[in-house]
Amino acid sequence: MATTNEKNRILEVDDLHVSFKTYAGEVQAVRGVTFHLDKGEVLAIVGESGCGKSVTAQTIMRLVPTPPSFIKKGSIVFNEKEDIVKLSERQMQRVRGSEMGMIFQDPMTSLNPTMTVGKQISESLIKHQGMSKSQAMSRSLEMLRLVGISNPEGRLKQYPHELSGGMRQRVMIAIALACSPKLLIADEPTTALDVTIQAQIIELMQELKEKTESSIIMITHDLGVVAEMADRVIVMYAGKIVEEGTLDEIFYESRHPYTWGLLRSVPRLDAENKSDLVPIPGTPPDLFAPPKGCAFADRCPYAMKVCLDNDPEKFVVKGEHRAACWLCHPDAPKVERPVETGGAV
Amino acid sequence: MADNQYILEVQDMKKHFNIGGKKLKAVDGITFGVRKGETLGIVGESGCGKSTAGKTIIGLYDITGGDVLFHGKSIKNMNTKDRRAYSRNMQMVFQDPYASLNPRMTVGDVIAEGIDIHGLAKNRAERTNRVQELLDAVGLNAEHAGRFPHEFSGGQRQRIGIARALAIQPEFIVADEPISALDVSVQAQVINLFQKLQKERGLTYLFIAHDLAMVKHISDRIGVMYLGKMMELTTSAKLYAKPLHPYTRSLLSAIPIPDPEVERTRERIILQGEVPSPMNPPSGCPFRTRCPHAMDVCAKTMPPMKEIEEGHFAACHLY
Repeated sequence: MATTNEKNRILEVDDLHVSFKTYAGEVQAVRGVTFHLDKGEVLAIVGESGCGKSVTAQTIMRLVPTPPSFIKKGSIVFNEKEDIVKLSERQMQRVRGSEMGMIFQDPMTSLNPTMTVGKQISESLIKHQGMSKSQAMSRSLEMLRLVGISNPEGRLKQYPHELSGGMRQRVMIAIALACSPKLLIADEPTTALDVTIQAQIIELMQELKEKTESSIIMITHDLGVVAEMADRVIVMYAGKIVEEGTLDEIFYESRHPYTWGLLRSVPRLDAENKSDLVPIPGTPPDLFAPPKGCAFADRCPYAMKVCLDNDPEKFVVKGEHRAACWLCHPDAPKVERPVETGGAV
Repeated sequence: MADNQYILEVQDMKKHFNIGGKKLKAVDGITFGVRKGETLGIVGESGCGKSTAGKTIIGLYDITGGDVLFHGKSIKNMNTKDRRAYSRNMQMVFQDPYASLNPRMTVGDVIAEGIDIHGLAKNRAERTNRVQELLDAVGLNAEHAGRFPHEFSGGQRQRIGIARALAIQPEFIVADEPISALDVSVQAQVINLFQKLQKERGLTYLFIAHDLAMVKHISDRIGVMYLGKMMELTTSAKLYAKPLHPYTRSLLSAIPIPDPEVERTRERIILQGEVPSPMNPPSGCPFRTRCPHAMDVCAKTMPPMKEIEEGHFAACHLY
């Protein structure tokens, strides 16, 4: 890992394993995830449903209920001091909402329907910053203005059901940012929204990022949103990171066949000719009993014998660009990145 | 724009719902035609009436005004026999593969329901054969017929939904957001399946979705809807290369493109505000409240759909 700008490291996740205990056995949702986040950075975590991206993010906030989940192994160092994994629920409450904020996917269900918007934003201000009710209300008003809600005075007294989806997402962003957290986790923040509203919310998040200097972890499956917002990208598959690198490295120089597959399976709006989409055949593996070798091997067109028996380590491609694929081994046969991947139309 | 080659003609179709004494104009006078063997895509944001349009065409809702002609024959006031013939030729694939399959029926029975209703199999053996053929056509195994829907993944369930729609060999399929509940890699599998089946069986599709990139990929022509009205209708290439309606332009510019270099240089038109409530739509053109080019006339009258260039229709006072 790069050690040059250790000072600015907000988050350091090391070898994180998270499992769920169920009647059918143990689901290994996250199986050894290591990454870091620097100050002011936007890190995107991409992958399909069930790849462990949301569990990873929620574990950073310690929001996954225990039981059934438990952190098997690993550490999450926040702010270079505390290991989140070791904190008690009480200690965690101090961090959550004040130093870390979260935006959830579904603005319809993640706000409290029985509380006014103003009260919901004030809640964390009163708890964490010791503000009085009236101080907190005036700060809430400021927050509503900041996230671009029209008629903020009126909205303060309204309930979530009186607002549209886009408005509710803005309220959620206001709540998450109220205490100026160092880390903002956005779990599919635009997935439930229409595209014209999505564009508004992305613009808002970009603006706020400049203003507040928060670091952002953004979880999404939309590669378009990634291309628009992220500085660095982590690609997850079956509970592991299969590739990580800068935005351009992932889109133009990716090394992992799963990353290629993801990039080739979405049509591009600006494509001139209609080439066939290249789907990834098959379905992800069962995480009750993850395969011994590479989890992607049975869907991978380039799978070799070694892939079935041995899980690949992370190979350094260049700098911080790493890929967990045996094709990156010096002795592996040379495979060209499919031309239509990413950049080329 | 009535044309003899259209197998489906939708003429000023309206679907209004009565809600608490008020009228919700979900679809308010849309006109288009679909040619044999083509895919017509309909896009729009939630609440624009695209799904209602699909369900009205297929007869799940009674039409409020205007008409729908299939092979020149009106679907209004059909008797039972005509209705049965219509539903043999027109089938639907639904959005949610978890909610649209009966959990208490085996996959084989789900697929064969239409075959039974229309009496298309002479005996059990033929029925079983047809089901197996269909499972094979959509890329599932013949032995899956005995299983129940909950044993399948989302993508597999959507394949079952497609097999069910194909079972009675319809000419026309209305696909209502068939991929929006699926993961990206699986979306591509299902889209390729739709295209393969169209080639093999000469099917005609009405493909309803909000994902403009995917609609552009699969469609020959695209209609853009907003608050119950059709705003623009043209070929998918033209719609992207030369969008005429301000709404289409902003819709296109709002969609992020998975290419960082393109994204860094792209100019955005970000619409202000949100879609007005269909219970209380603006007067005149419904888009005028968010339109960067709105004029006085826009508040007075809804612009008619005009053919601006050959085969390129738009409803906007700018033209």
